[in-house]
Amino acid sequence: MLEMHTGVAVREALTLAMEQDERIFIAGEGVGVSIHDSPLMPTYGLLQKFGPRRVKDTPVSEAAIAGLAVGAANLGLLPVVEIMFFPFITLASDMLVNHAAKLRYLSGGKSSFPLTVRVKTGIGFQAGCQHCHPLEAWMAHIPGLKVVYASTPADAKGLLLSAIFDPDPVIVIEEMGLYWMKGDVPEGDVRVPLGKARLVKPGRDVTIVAYGSAVYTALQAAGQLEAEGISAEVIDLRSLVPLDKQAVLESVKKTGRFVTVHDANKFCGFGAELAAMVAEEAFDSLKAPVRRVAAPEAPVPFCPPQEKFYKPDAGKVNAAVKGIMK
Amino acid sequence: MPTSRPGGEIRRQMLASMILVRAFENRLSKLVADKEDVLGMQILATGQEAASVASVQALTPEDVIVSNHRSHGHLLARNADIKTIMAEIMGKATGVNKGKSGTLHLIVPEVNALMTSTVVGAGPSMAAGAAFAQQYRDERAITAVFFGDGAAAEGNVHEAMNLAGVWKLPLLFICENNCWAGAQALKEHCAVGNIAVRASSYGMPGKLVDGNDADEVHSAVSELAEHCRSGKGPALLEAYTYRMRGHGEHDHQHYVDKEELELWAAKDPIRIYRARLVQEGLLTEEDVRGMERDASARVEEAVRFAAESPFPAPEAAVEDVWVQSPWAGR
Repeated sequence: MLEMHTGVAVREALTLAMEQDERIFIAGEGVGVSIHDSPLMPTYGLLQKFGPRRVKDTPVSEAAIAGLAVGAANLGLLPVVEIMFFPFITLASDMLVNHAAKLRYLSGGKSSFPLTVRVKTGIGFQAGCQHCHPLEAWMAHIPGLKVVYASTPADAKGLLLSAIFDPDPVIVIEEMGLYWMKGDVPEGDVRVPLGKARLVKPGRDVTIVAYGSAVYTALQAAGQLEAEGISAEVIDLRSLVPLDKQAVLESVKKTGRFVTVHDANKFCGFGAELAAMVAEEAFDSLKAPVRRVAAPEAPVPFCPPQEKFYKPDAGKVNAAVKGIMK
Repeated sequence: MPTSRPGGEIRRQMLASMILVRAFENRLSKLVADKEDVLGMQILATGQEAASVASVQALTPEDVIVSNHRSHGHLLARNADIKTIMAEIMGKATGVNKGKSGTLHLIVPEVNALMTSTVVGAGPSMAAGAAFAQQYRDERAITAVFFGDGAAAEGNVHEAMNLAGVWKLPLLFICENNCWAGAQALKEHCAVGNIAVRASSYGMPGKLVDGNDADEVHSAVSELAEHCRSGKGPALLEAYTYRMRGHGEHDHQHYVDKEELELWAAKDPIRIYRARLVQEGLLTEEDVRGMERDASARVEEAVRFAAESPFPAPEAAVEDVWVQSPWAGR
């Protein structure tokens, strides 16, 4: 184990993968020479280490970046491309939705597209809604794409390694705020399998499911609830597709209560899928209605007090849990 | 007149291939008119045979081609299996894509026709990725991407050309300018009037040729493919041709001037080429009739094979999405 920041852990994964497999190249806007001259950024120093053949700075062309990944993957490379901010994935979405996700199907299974798209997200940078918009539910809705979302440095490394070597297209969502968070990371090529949730904190009375930084919101709430005699179980999904249904359903069957937490909008958010799944498959275990804690129906605001109001916090989770504890 | 003509055997092959493509598409058109067997939208490239066939014949079999919704000419010129293509068009289990693609997105990896997109203008950026893989592995092969004049209006095409120009990718852009984007004429959707001039914006050579002259197309593709192959970066060819039928078989061209159609009918690429090869003594009329009989027999055999093939199991609709299904065992 080594203690490192999440940004460094992501770079560890990229470095290890590139060292062991010549088919891997990385491409994107500023993946080589970045305006962020910080060693905590994931691609810092990779251009010097691997050279311009394998670390490719692209023009400002999201569709071309994604198209590059689709075409190169089809010819047997393992592209790892970066889309700078999540809302910009809309510019790449034709390539991801209509091509990366569908060409294998259209080929009748003859083709495959083992590409990885790293995309940055996160609320709390006063960047405004065109640089900040959690769209993971969009991606998860597309058959053909896999979607992972780490909350710890160890998972950021392990999930990215799995994504890179997965034979299908994987969208890897990286929360920028976590780049600066430190944690223990296993050394070497230690992969976190796609589709295995992590039990963050066991509990008896309610299951709280989250991913990304919302896991810490849930944990904070669970700590407050504990002091009031309510035992919350917190699960970090780690991957949305494939989804670890079993971990969620078993927990709900044990606790009988279910709350989801995420920073994305509530309406048609990923929590809606989780709530529906629990209603369909664990209804008999429920002692109370399901609750979703999520962002309101508005784009991400700019100014700090509004941003703070917008992002779900422990207080909102706490209130949701208490509302179903009677 | 082209600077260097292809050899006699290649020219005979080109004519035979063009005749086969025409026979295949005529038969499809008849199947649609008779409301038999073929399913969904049928999109033909009648009149564009010289552009598509000669382009493909000028490439090597190792070169990757990325096609679009008018792909029959590209694929048959590549010697893709005509029976499994017809079966795919009929949605059958024996289809080249197990009935998942239909006529629109035919993907034939066996002949390096690796990707097809019907999202207009999407092909070039995927083709840039394929060309990058070839450059990355230092291969001799190049990628050729076919798109229409309508597609040239898409931003994606610009992004792909710019990236290919900056990275000097071995990518040959082939615009089959058939004068129509849906029901919109070239002058209504293209500010410049032709596509080849755009090449200079991306630091690559661009060439405009008569797309109804197979020899001219073959020579131009040979020359530009060599440019791409030698590491000098991408190139753009515009083959100026004409879409003799509607966008699809459901489109009866109410917006097209009859005189314009007659003008282009007189420039039919197959008739011109046939006359030229016979006149030059490369073939006799009897040889050509033999090619036509052969094409007709192969098409009929393909139709029979496809018609007799079963539909795939309905449940197979959920297969082939992923290599490793995320939902297996869950």
